Formats: sequence, structure tokens, C-alpha cells
Amino acid sequence: MRRILLLLLALAPLSATACKFDTRDDYLGDKDPRHFSLGHTPSAETIAAENIDVSPNGDGLPAGSGTAAQGAGVFAANCASCHGANGEGKGAAYPQLVGGPKGTFNFASDYKIPRTIGNYWPYATTLYGYIRRAMPLTAPGSLSADQTYAVVAFLLNREGLIPDSATMNAGTLPAVAMPARSHFVVDDRRGSIGGDRVR
Amino acid sequence: MSDPSISRRALLAGAATAAGGVLLTNLPLDAQQQAAHIAQQPAGPTQSPPDPTKAPGTPTTAVGERSPFVQPQRAPVGEITGTTLTPLQDLAGTITPSDLHFARIHAGIPTIDPAKHTLLIHGLVDRPLELTMADLKRFPSVTRVHFVECSGNGRAAYRSPKPNMTPQQVDGMFSNSEWTGVPVATLFREVGIKREAKWFLAEGGDASLLARSIPVSKGRDDAMIAWAQNGEPLRPEQGFPIRLLLPGYEGNTNVKWLRRIKLGTEPFMTRWETSKYTDPLPGDKVRQFSFEMDAKSIITSPAYPEKLTGPGWWRISGLAWTGRGKIAHVDVSTDGGRTWSNAELLTPLTNKSAVRFEYMWQWDGHETLLMSRAVDDQGYVQPTMSQLVKVRGPGTDYHFNPIRAWRVASDGTVTFEANT
Repeated sequence: MRRILLLLLALAPLSATACKFDTRDDYLGDKDPRHFSLGHTPSAETIAAENIDVSPNGDGLPAGSGTAAQGAGVFAANCASCHGANGEGKGAAYPQLVGGPKGTFNFASDYKIPRTIGNYWPYATTLYGYIRRAMPLTAPGSLSADQTYAVVAFLLNREGLIPDSATMNAGTLPAVAMPARSHFVVDDRRGSIGGDRVR
Repeated sequence: MSDPSISRRALLAGAATAAGGVLLTNLPLDAQQQAAHIAQQPAGPTQSPPDPTKAPGTPTTAVGERSPFVQPQRAPVGEITGTTLTPLQDLAGTITPSDLHFARIHAGIPTIDPAKHTLLIHGLVDRPLELTMADLKRFPSVTRVHFVECSGNGRAAYRSPKPNMTPQQVDGMFSNSEWTGVPVATLFREVGIKREAKWFLAEGGDASLLARSIPVSKGRDDAMIAWAQNGEPLRPEQGFPIRLLLPGYEGNTNVKWLRRIKLGTEPFMTRWETSKYTDPLPGDKVRQFSFEMDAKSIITSPAYPEKLTGPGWWRISGLAWTGRGKIAHVDVSTDGGRTWSNAELLTPLTNKSAVRFEYMWQWDGHETLLMSRAVDDQGYVQPTMSQLVKVRGPGTDYHFNPIRAWRVASDGTVTFEANT
């Protein structure tokens, strides 16, 4: 028992350091207050209006739905002028969206291999999130939730990832299996000494 | 401005005719580089009075201008989705003048009224918080010198190398500034982030609403919300009124026009951390969240388009940096990498910032290759091009930090040599 107590005492300062977020890292001096109480608490409405991110598990996806058939018209009207009638892209500024080679993942062999939704994007939810944020380039944010789901369905269908009959919505989109997912690995360069042992 | 012999506006008008208003985005790389080169050329001869000591000069002005004899320019220009590069060959010391800091933009440069801009912090926090810019500036601040480098820096010189590439065209997506801002850690404490929060989303207020997921540990370490650069408020293209500054991390994560931070348990997997800014590797893999910029250096003089006028002593000068700590030393080779010598380091070695190196070289007039090699305090040695490509494969050119070489011909011309 005494030994355990000693052990606990020895560990106490360590664990305190590990748990505290406000020691070395916060750049505050001993006389600074824990909180400056500046700014104001945002309303729930403000947060809801700004909270536009979408997570791989579907968090943040809005209500609404769309199919590939519906998306064909949305794409033709809003996307095709830059990305081509079939998403084939126009130069580096307007990337190819669909039609990259399938079945292999040898992108490291040649930077010219097209990285498209079906062969390189690891999460289908990213597609919704990106279009919602940034597309179309000249009128970002102009597509409704239904239109966005529809154009996402159109692109996933063109890549052969969902059937013609599929409807994309907050429930179905996160469940779309993306072939690239298993190829993504975390950065392992830390600790490398470079030179011929560069990572 | 009444003296036509020193009219800078006339000079700039000439340059603008050459390059301004042209959308370069869709041009092939060749044409982009050509346009960039044209943009760097002064429009016409600048004249000075026969003897400036025999007549009064021009009156003072509200905002200073560069000498008409010195007109560094970023290039290419005129894009709303693309990059404009810092003219590294025209600069000295380590601080990049703010108006020459490189810029990578994804949907144009937004015009933001700071009185209307707020920063929202929410998600896994005890107290969601909305800060005006005035609120933010009341928090304790830090001022530090750090570089920002695009992880695609050096790509053009790999994919389409040409002898007539300048340091700007080779590695111009690199700049170094003094930044002032509020530590993210201070704001984390203010809102009380929950134990399970491991990542935060940083979102910008441009027309692409660019967003990146960042580890909370980086926020606690040395991240700041920067509101000033080189002694003045941020420039619009650098994120005015505020940007996230993540020392040593790839440029794209230093989110400009920052408007929202959301704490979460997992990465949000935005487009900029999945389909872009990820690095394919041999073995059917792709590296993700490759944040830190590895050690790198480049000789900025002599370099194309300089020409050595003859044998004798020449000053080799360049920049070195590492995203993992401090530079330990920089080696220079004047014989194509057969032998290396320590360069002088002219500026203080501080964390994740540029250092200026110099090496005095007695040129014998024979053709040779000049190279520099950075070594950081983690023991990391800047690799050669062939070492990088061997390990990562020819298809991976983000985080591309090969040793750079300049070929000096016997007639003194200096050209870029990509293969090292």
C-alpha cells in the first residue's frame, strides 16, 4: 500500500502537467487571468448559419436529396462550362472530375495520371462539402441542398460508384464506398534524416 | 511627380501593358514563364539628373515608393485561382517586403471590412465565442518571424525545368515575415476546449471558404491568429484582417481571411486535405496531413538571369529554412557537389524562419555548378533531386525540397540546373 502511495505521489506532478492545457503553451504570465472575458457569446442562430462543414460520418449534411438524373441538368447548367460536358476538365485550373483510371493506385509513378473523384477522393462527403463552399466558381453558394445532392449523385454515378437509381441524401452519401480510402496513410516523415534516407 | 525623368508610374504603366489584365491561368507553363519574365522587365530606360547634388530632389510623399531603378515584381499576375511568386533574386536579408509576399489564391482576394468581420470559435468548447477584430487585438499578443511556403513550391521547376528559370520561378512560393498575433493557445484557454477535441477546422472568408483540419496540439504549440505583418496590418492577399499562422506548416494550412474555428474529434476531410495537398507514394499509398515543411535552401545569387563579368571573387548568397525547428548549417558547393563548405549564416537562427547564408567564392573562369544544402537541428539533410524521386516516385511533387543548382558557364552566364 505504501509503495502504491509513493508511486502515486511520484506520478502526480507528471499527470498534472499532462492534463493542464494552460501551463507552458498559452503564453500567459502568472498574473494573467484565466479568462479575459472578451468578445461575446454567439447566438445559436449565428452558429447554425456558419456551421457549414460536413464530416465523413455525415455530421453537418443538410436535409434534401437528389439523383444522378436530376444532377445531369444541374451539372450542365452550372458546372459544364468549366469542367466540360462530361466532367473531363479544362487544363489545370478546371480539374478533370471523372474518368480517371480505375483499378490501380500508382499515382506516384506519374503526376499526369488524372486524380478524379472515383480513383482519388477518399470520402464522398467531401464532394458535398466542397461544392457547398466553393462551387460554382462564379457563384459559390448558389446551389440549393437538393441541387447539390443531385450534382454529387451525378458525379458519383459517372464514376460508377452509385447506380442510376440511387438517391443521395444525409443518410446515403456517407455510406458510399470510395475506392481510394484504404490508400491514405498518415505522414511518417518526422524523424527522417533526409539525404538518401529521405521519406 | 512632375519630373518625367523619375516617373515610376510611367515605368509601371509599361509593365502593366506587358503583363497586366491578362488571365494567365490557362496558358501553358511556357507562356506563363514568358509572361512572368516580361513582367519583370522595366518598361524603358530610367534617367537621373546629370548631377543630383546640384538641384533639389522630389518632395516627400505620404507613402514611399521604390527607386525607379529597382522594380521587383511578383509574377504571374491577373489570376483568381493560382499563384503569384516572390522575386527571390531581387531581395536581400530575410524579410520579404509585404507587397512581394507570394500569394496562392483559390477564388480571388476578398475585400473585407474589418468592422464587419468576426471570428467564431465553437464546437467542442465550454464557451462558444465570437470576437470582433477589436476584441481580438485586446488579447496578449506575440511577434515572431516565420516563413510561409506553399507545399507545391518547386513543382514547376520539376515538371518543366528550363535553364532560363529565375529563383522566383524555381522556388518563389516562399516568403518570410514578422507576424504579430494572438496565440491560438490563449484563445483555446479562453473558450475552454474539451478534452476530446483533437482537431480544429480553420475556415477562411474568401469565395472558396477554404478550410483545413489542424491538430489541436499544433494550436497549443506555436499557432497564432495573425493580424499584422512586417509592422502593419495584413495585406488583403495575406488574409486581411486576420489569418491563421502555423509556423513550419505547409502554406495552405495558414488559412487567410480566417472567420471560424471549430473544435472536433476527427479531421473534417475537406477537399484541400484529401484530393489536393496529399502526396502519392510508391506501394499504392498516399500521404495525408503532411504538414511540416522539410529543410530547404536555394542560392539566389548568382542565379539566372545574372551574368558574371569575369573571374574573381563573387558573393554567393541564398536563403535556407526548415519547418521543423532551426537551421543548423548550410553547405555550399562550387564544384557540382564534389566538395562542400560551410556558408556564413548572416541572420539569427530562430524557429521556423528563413536564414540568409553567404559564401565568398573565387571563380577561376571555368564552367561549374553552384549548389547549397541545408541541414537542420533535427539532423535532417536536404536531399538531392534523385534521392527524392527515388524514394517518393516521379509522380509526387508536393513537399519538394531538392538541392538546387546553378550552372556557371565559362562566359559567366548562369542558368538553372534541375537535376541534382
